[in-house]
Amino acid sequence: MQTKPDAFLRCEGCKKVLFSKEFVKNLRVCTHCSHHHRMPAEERIATTFDEGTFVEVDASMASADPIQFPEYPEKLARGFAATGRNDAVIRGTAKLDGQPVSVALADFRFMGGSMGSVAGEKVTRTLELAASDQIPAIVFTATGGARMQEGLLSLMQMAKTSAACRKAYDAGIPYICVFTDPTMAGVLASYASLADVILAEPKALVGFAGARVAAQASGGQKLPDNFQTSEFSLEHGMIDAIVQRKDIRPTLVKLVSHFMGGKRG
Amino acid sequence: MAKSWAEWEKPLIELERGIEELREQQKRLPQEKQSGVEEQIQQFERTRDNYIRVKYGRLGPWERVLVSRADNRPYTMDYIRTLVTDWVELKGDRRYADDKAIVGGVGKIADRSCVIVGHQKGRDLKERKFRNFGMAKPDGYRKAIRLFDMADRFGLPVISFVDTPAADPNVESEERGISEAIAAGMFKMFSLGVPTVAIVIGEGGSGGAIGIGAASRVLMLENSIYSVIPPEGCAAILWRDPTAGDKAAAALKLTAQNALELGLIDEIVPEEFGGAHRGLRETADNIEGAIGRHLSELERASRDEIRATRYEKYRNMGVQLEG
Repeated sequence: MQTKPDAFLRCEGCKKVLFSKEFVKNLRVCTHCSHHHRMPAEERIATTFDEGTFVEVDASMASADPIQFPEYPEKLARGFAATGRNDAVIRGTAKLDGQPVSVALADFRFMGGSMGSVAGEKVTRTLELAASDQIPAIVFTATGGARMQEGLLSLMQMAKTSAACRKAYDAGIPYICVFTDPTMAGVLASYASLADVILAEPKALVGFAGARVAAQASGGQKLPDNFQTSEFSLEHGMIDAIVQRKDIRPTLVKLVSHFMGGKRG
Repeated sequence: MAKSWAEWEKPLIELERGIEELREQQKRLPQEKQSGVEEQIQQFERTRDNYIRVKYGRLGPWERVLVSRADNRPYTMDYIRTLVTDWVELKGDRRYADDKAIVGGVGKIADRSCVIVGHQKGRDLKERKFRNFGMAKPDGYRKAIRLFDMADRFGLPVISFVDTPAADPNVESEERGISEAIAAGMFKMFSLGVPTVAIVIGEGGSGGAIGIGAASRVLMLENSIYSVIPPEGCAAILWRDPTAGDKAAAALKLTAQNALELGLIDEIVPEEFGGAHRGLRETADNIEGAIGRHLSELERASRDEIRATRYEKYRNMGVQLEG
């Protein structure tokens, strides 16, 4: 949901009316039902890391439409119009309670946060920088999965980012991933699931296949009520914790300080 | 647009059946009358060969999709039975189950003992269900990971046969972490200090394929496909029309030729004239030759070099504009 100059808006969860200013101040979480609305990357940066410490890199990196996929340039243009950015993933460095960190965040408004060459490259560089500088990597996901408009190149971003996870793992640096709504398919099946610690926002959509495909494949079996949510992932041991948006920063601070405080050989 | 391989190849299948029937009739005839039939057979065979030449000489992306899914296309176990000696199948992930959609084991191929894993589809309805249509659950990837680990410890190369429409998308796969299992498969493959070769023999279906496919060298059979999404699924999402698979197949650039041109695979392995389903032996020999060649090149490197080269290979995949 975009911030509109309107003074009021309706919660996507409980449909109650909210004051826009208060809503944004409350991190886009509904004061009535605690529904977590999607958050633009800028607000995420501003409310997660130490004030003014985020330095973006690779901002100009853009898709080359490598397989001349129909209507892809138009979709990229629309993504640019919606976010003012060249692709869905933003990366850079920041400080978290004074600790330097290598950071990547996805913005769902840009082509559903999908991963093509640009997103894959930026996530890879985020993990590589963390490995070489011996600092933690922190990644926020918000994505429908791999970007089909780049065909097999997008599938290979799954392999590339997984290789980078291996590099970070071998370098002994902590990698923390925060799932926000939604975290799906090709991204979930690559770097997102390979973090040391996985946090998720409440009721985020988290899954491999679309719910319709899953229902079909399960032969009309009734899907569990919380199917493909953060809560479902937690119940089945796939993530470490569900964290309210306001608690994400303090949780990251604690984790990073524990992991960076150990004796590492 | 033909919707299935059987529909697309129907005239050819009928012609081949006719030739077979004539051969049967010929056998029953007295010696002196056989030569007359022989001429007729040879004529039909020439027609068949011409037909194959025309049909297979200019396969479009959608036709490749159909051929990659042909009912009688050789599957992983067909190649293993043809090529691998001293085969011992190894089952189970030691955690939950033995997935029938991914087979694995040790055996000799191209004169070397290797760990071999591959997706396995079924031939008839019963076997298809048994193999879950080649769609692996988390247990399949976890079995593969267990075998990859063994390969690394015992210094054996890894060969992956890739042939899956997709990973299994059902509820139990989500419950047991299909996404994590696929990610962990790639993660393990990037840690291996032994040479790894993957070959797409039919359908390289998205995450389900790359979960055992992130190898040092990646080969594709001439009529196989490798795609980020099934063409029908792509068409359903983009144009709300699952019957526009042909249009999506062209847009996705999913043929072996496309993948080679994009620099994402190392070699196209030729199939028997008219497709692998017309000649398992020839296609299998081509596969073995290619695997042997790539392993010989890879074996010269140290464990660290193998890992570093593999990392660089995938590191360089992607096309983006900078600056």
